[in-house]
Amino acid sequence: MKRRDFLKVTPAAGLAFMINGIPISTYADHPLLQMMAKSTASTGRVLVVIQLNGGNDGLNMVIPIDKYSELSNARSNILIPQNKVLSLSNTNLTGLHPAMTGIQKMYADGMVNITQGVSYPDPNFSHFRATDIWFSASDSKVYEESGWLGRYLDKKYPGYPKDYPNSDMPDPLAIQIGSGVSMITQGANINAAMAISNINSFYQIVNNLVDPAPATPAGHELTFIRYVMQQTQTYNQVIKDAAAKANNLSSLYPTNNSLADQLKIVARLIAGGLKTPIYVVSLGGFDTHSNQTDATDTTIGAHATLMQKISEAVYAFFDDAKLLDFHTRVAAMTMSEFGRRIKSNASGGTDHGSSAPVMVFGPGVNPGIIGSNPVLPANASTSDNIPMQNDFRGIYAAVLADWFELDINDVNDILMDTFPVLPVFKGARTTINTQEGGSNEALEQNYPNPFVNSTSFKFNSDGGNVRVQIFDANGRLIRTITDQQYDRGQHEITIDRSSMAAGNYFLTLTNNKTKSTRRMTVVD
Amino acid sequence: MGKVNRREFFEEVIAEREANIQDVSIEKDKAYKQYVNKIAPLGLNKTTSTLNQYAGPWTEDEAIHLLRRTTFGVKPADVATLLSMTMSQAVDKILTLPSTSPIPPLNNYNAVVADPTIPLGQTWVNAPYDSNTAGQRYYSFKSWWIGQMLNQDLSIQEKMVLFWHNHFATEVLTVGDARKSYKLNAMFRANALGNFKTIVKNVTLDPSMLVYLNGYLNTKTAPDENYGRELQELFTIGKGFTPIYDEDDIKAAAKVLTGWRINNTTISSYFDATKHETANKSFSSYYGNYVVVGKTGSAGANEVDDLLYMIFRSHDTALHICRKLYRCFVYYDIDSTIETNIIAPLATLLVSKGYDIKPVLETLLKSEHFYDVNSRACFIRTPLDYLVGMFRTMQVNIPTTIPIDKTYTLWNYVRSYGNSLAMDLGDPPNVSGWPAFYQSPDFYEIWINSTTLPKRMAFADLMLNSGFSAGTGTTVKIDVMEFAKQCNNASDPNALIDFFVKYCLGLPLSAASKKALKDGQLLSGQTSDYYWTIAWTNYLSNPNTTNTNTVKTRLTNTLIELLRLPEHHLC
Repeated sequence: MKRRDFLKVTPAAGLAFMINGIPISTYADHPLLQMMAKSTASTGRVLVVIQLNGGNDGLNMVIPIDKYSELSNARSNILIPQNKVLSLSNTNLTGLHPAMTGIQKMYADGMVNITQGVSYPDPNFSHFRATDIWFSASDSKVYEESGWLGRYLDKKYPGYPKDYPNSDMPDPLAIQIGSGVSMITQGANINAAMAISNINSFYQIVNNLVDPAPATPAGHELTFIRYVMQQTQTYNQVIKDAAAKANNLSSLYPTNNSLADQLKIVARLIAGGLKTPIYVVSLGGFDTHSNQTDATDTTIGAHATLMQKISEAVYAFFDDAKLLDFHTRVAAMTMSEFGRRIKSNASGGTDHGSSAPVMVFGPGVNPGIIGSNPVLPANASTSDNIPMQNDFRGIYAAVLADWFELDINDVNDILMDTFPVLPVFKGARTTINTQEGGSNEALEQNYPNPFVNSTSFKFNSDGGNVRVQIFDANGRLIRTITDQQYDRGQHEITIDRSSMAAGNYFLTLTNNKTKSTRRMTVVD
Repeated sequence: MGKVNRREFFEEVIAEREANIQDVSIEKDKAYKQYVNKIAPLGLNKTTSTLNQYAGPWTEDEAIHLLRRTTFGVKPADVATLLSMTMSQAVDKILTLPSTSPIPPLNNYNAVVADPTIPLGQTWVNAPYDSNTAGQRYYSFKSWWIGQMLNQDLSIQEKMVLFWHNHFATEVLTVGDARKSYKLNAMFRANALGNFKTIVKNVTLDPSMLVYLNGYLNTKTAPDENYGRELQELFTIGKGFTPIYDEDDIKAAAKVLTGWRINNTTISSYFDATKHETANKSFSSYYGNYVVVGKTGSAGANEVDDLLYMIFRSHDTALHICRKLYRCFVYYDIDSTIETNIIAPLATLLVSKGYDIKPVLETLLKSEHFYDVNSRACFIRTPLDYLVGMFRTMQVNIPTTIPIDKTYTLWNYVRSYGNSLAMDLGDPPNVSGWPAFYQSPDFYEIWINSTTLPKRMAFADLMLNSGFSAGTGTTVKIDVMEFAKQCNNASDPNALIDFFVKYCLGLPLSAASKKALKDGQLLSGQTSDYYWTIAWTNYLSNPNTTNTNTVKTRLTNTLIELLRLPEHHLC
C-alpha cells in the first residue's frame, strides 16, 4: 500500500484533512505513520549505482556511427576505427566501444537502456562540484548538503537511525563498497549507507578476521579494539549471515577487475537475502586527459581497459543474478560527473566536457536508446560541447517513480523540482508528473483552448528565471518553450502546435517560487 | 527537508543513550568478554629501555606522544611550541604549573533554582550551604571542571588533577556538598606536582574525604575503620604484592584518626580531643612494631603525623604511587623488567627527594623508556581523553563570551557524554577510582565495549555533522576547515592526510590505507592530487558557498572515516 492510499482510506471522506482535529500533514510527517504507510510498499527491488569517477568519455563509449566525419575532424588521434565499432541489434546509427562485447550481448537481449546526451543546464566542469551535483541532484548553482538517494531513504525509512534496525528493515539501508560513504546517500540527518571500505574488509567481516597488528603494546590494544568494533558494528552480523547463505554462481567474473570484485559482493548480499535497496560501487580512472588510447591502436589503452572492465563486470553480474534468481529485481545504472570534450587534445586524451550517455542495465529496463546521437559541429573547436538532450534527474525520476514505485509527489520532493520521467524502465507506470493547479497569477489559461494550430498564454514574473514546458498526459516532456530570465511584469508567449498529436497536454510554469499548471487540448 | 531538526535529532538520540547508561555492563557483553585480556598481554616485544635520558630524535611524533599523555588531546600549536625547545626543555615546560588559579565555579543555576545568597555569575564556593541549590552546585562544579580541562594551559596540571582525583577517589554526589568537593579539587590543582606526603596529609584531613569515608564519625567509642583501611590499601602502601600490613594495623590507624570533625560553615576540619582515643596505637611487624604514642588534648591532632611518618617509612608506599603514575602515563602492564628497570628506580628517586612528585615525573617523561616505541600509542583513551581531546585537537571552542549559564550547559553536555561512556567526572564508581587504572588484567580495555564504542563513534559523527547546542542556541561542532588550516601544507592532499592521521590516530596508517582515504574521500574518486590542491586554493582565495562546500564535504567525509578507525581510540 502506498502512503497516499493509506492516507486516503483512513478517515471518512469529510474528514480527509483532519484526524482527531489534527491536520493530516502533521500526521503525515510523523515517522511512525510514515513507516506504517510505507513499510508494506517494498518492491524488493534493488538499484546498483556504478560510479565512473573522473568523467567518462561517452563519445568513445556509445559511438554515433553517422557522425564519423565530424568525429574524424575532432578526435582522429583517439577515434575508434569505424569498422571496429560494435553494432547494436536494433540500429545501425549507434554502436559501442569494441571492448564492450558483454554490453553488446546484453543489449541484444533487451537488458540495456541508453539515455543520450545526459547533463543539466549550465554544467560544471570541476570534478568535485560536478560530482556533488550528480550526488545531490541539485541545480548547477544550488548547493544541497544531502544526496538524492539519501532523501529517498529518508522518505522510505523515516527517522533512521532511531529504532533501526527493526524487524521490517533489519539490514543496512544502503551499502557502499570500495570507498567510504559519499554524499549520494546523505540524508537530512545522517548518511544511511554502511561503508565496506574495501574488498578485504568484506571478507574480514565474513570470516571474523581483523588486520594483523604489530607485536607491541599498541598493536595488542589495537587488535582488541578492532575485534570489539567488528563485533559491534550494527550491521556486521546481517552481512555475515547474508554472505553465508549465498555464493556467486557465475563463472564469468573476470579477475583483476575491481568493479567485478565489488559486484560479486553485491550479488552475494542480494542473493543472501538482504533487504538493502541501494548499493553503490565505483570504478576510477576516467579522467583521461592524456594517452586515453594506445598511440597506434585506438581500440586499446587506458579507456578501452575501463570499457572492458565495465562490460565484463556488468555482464558477469547479471549472469550471476540470473543464476541466483534475483535478476528481475535488480537494475544497475552508470553515473559519471561529466562527459568529455568533443575535440581531443594533443596528448591523446580528452578534457572535461558536458553531456554523455547513461546506461541502465537489467531485465526491467526499456531496451533501446532514449534520445538521438549527439549533434556535433563539422569542425569542433576546443570550446564545443555535446548539447544536452536529457536532464540526469529525468533518469533519477524514472528510478524513483518506475523502479522504486514511489508516489510522483514524493519523487518531485526528492528531486526538488519536476522532471520528465524518462521511459527508462519497461512498462513504466502511466506517470502523471503534472497536476492542475498552482497560482493563477503566475500562469493564465492559454487561449484559444482547445486549439488547432497555435495558442497563446500569459504569465506574470516577479523577475528571475521562468521555465515553461509542455508535458503529455503521461508526464513525458514534449517541449521546453522557454527557460530564461524575465523582467518583472506580464509576458505573453505564442506557441505553435508543431508535431503534437491531438490530445490533452499540460502547460507547466516553474519559477523559483511557484509551479503552476494548466491543462490544454489539441484538436485536429 | 528538516534541516533545522538535524541537531535536535542527534541530541534526542544521544539523550536516550545517556538514559540507558546502565547498559554499560561488561558482564553481559559477549564481544568484550571474548576479546578482553584473560591474562596480562603475552608475546609482545620485550622492552628493555631504562630511565636513562632519551637522546633520540625530537620530532613531531615525540612531541605529540608527550602531549597526548600529559594533556588532553594535542593542539598543533602546542606541538610547534615544544619543537622550538629541546626534549628536556619541553618536559620542563609541561611540568611548569600555571602561576594563577582559575576562577572558581560560578552560580549557573539561578534561573532554575534561585540561590538565597549568591547571584548568577558569582561563585558559590564560600557561600552558605543551601539544600535547594545543593544539586545544582554538583553540576556547576562538575561542568566547571570540564571547562578547566577544555581550557587548560600547556602543562600537565589537569592530567595530574584527574590523576589525584582517581587516586584519592571521592564522589561528589556522595559527599553531598560541592563546596567540599571543590576544596579538595583546588588542593589537587595547587599541589598537582607537589609533595606526596603533603597531599596525603591534606587528603586525610580534608572535609570531603572525612565525609566520604566516614572519618568525621570516627570516635574513640565507635571507631570507624573505613579511612584507616583505604589510606593503607589504596592511597599509600597498596595491596597485592607481598603480604604486608594486617587487620590490626587498620584498627590502629583508625584509632589514630579518631576525633577529626568538620566545620560546615568554614568548610574545614578541626580536631575534637574529647572524641580522640588517647591510648597508644601499636602496629604490626610490617611497620617494625611501630607505636604511635597516644596523646591527650589538642596534641592528639599530631598523632596523624606519626602515622604518616610510619607509612612513608615503608618503601611500598613509594613503589605503589610510582606504579599508579606509570599506569596513568605509560602503560598498564608492569612485568618484572618494568618493575626492575622503571618502577624500582623511580621509587628510590621519590624517597630520595622526600616524596616530591615532580622529579619522578621529570625522570619518567625524559626517559628513553617513555619514548620507546613500545610505550607509544598503547594507551586507550579514557572517555575524557577522547572527548576533551577531540575538542582541543580539532580546535572546537566552547565559548566563554556567551552568558555564563549557557557556557556551563555546554560544558555539562560534554560531562554528560563522558558519563554515557562510563566516566562521570567527579563521580568515579567507588573509592578505588576507575577500574581501567587498577582492574587486572582488563585495565584500559574496560573503556571499550559493545555499548561505549558505538557511542564514541556516534559522538564523532555528531561533532562532524550537526554538533550540539544543548538548548543554548550556540552550536558547538568541529569546523573541518579550521582544523585543516592547522596543517602547514593543506593544499597537498598527502600532507593533509598525514596531518590528520598524526593528530587523530594513535598509530600511523599504512601507505595503502592513506591512499585509499585520500582517493576515496579527499579526491572523491579522482586520481590526480591537483584536484584537491585547486579546490583548497580556490577556497582560501575565494571562500564563497561553492568553494567552501566543495572542500567542506570532502574534509568532513575524510574525517568521518578517519575517526571511525580503531586507531582513533589509542594515544
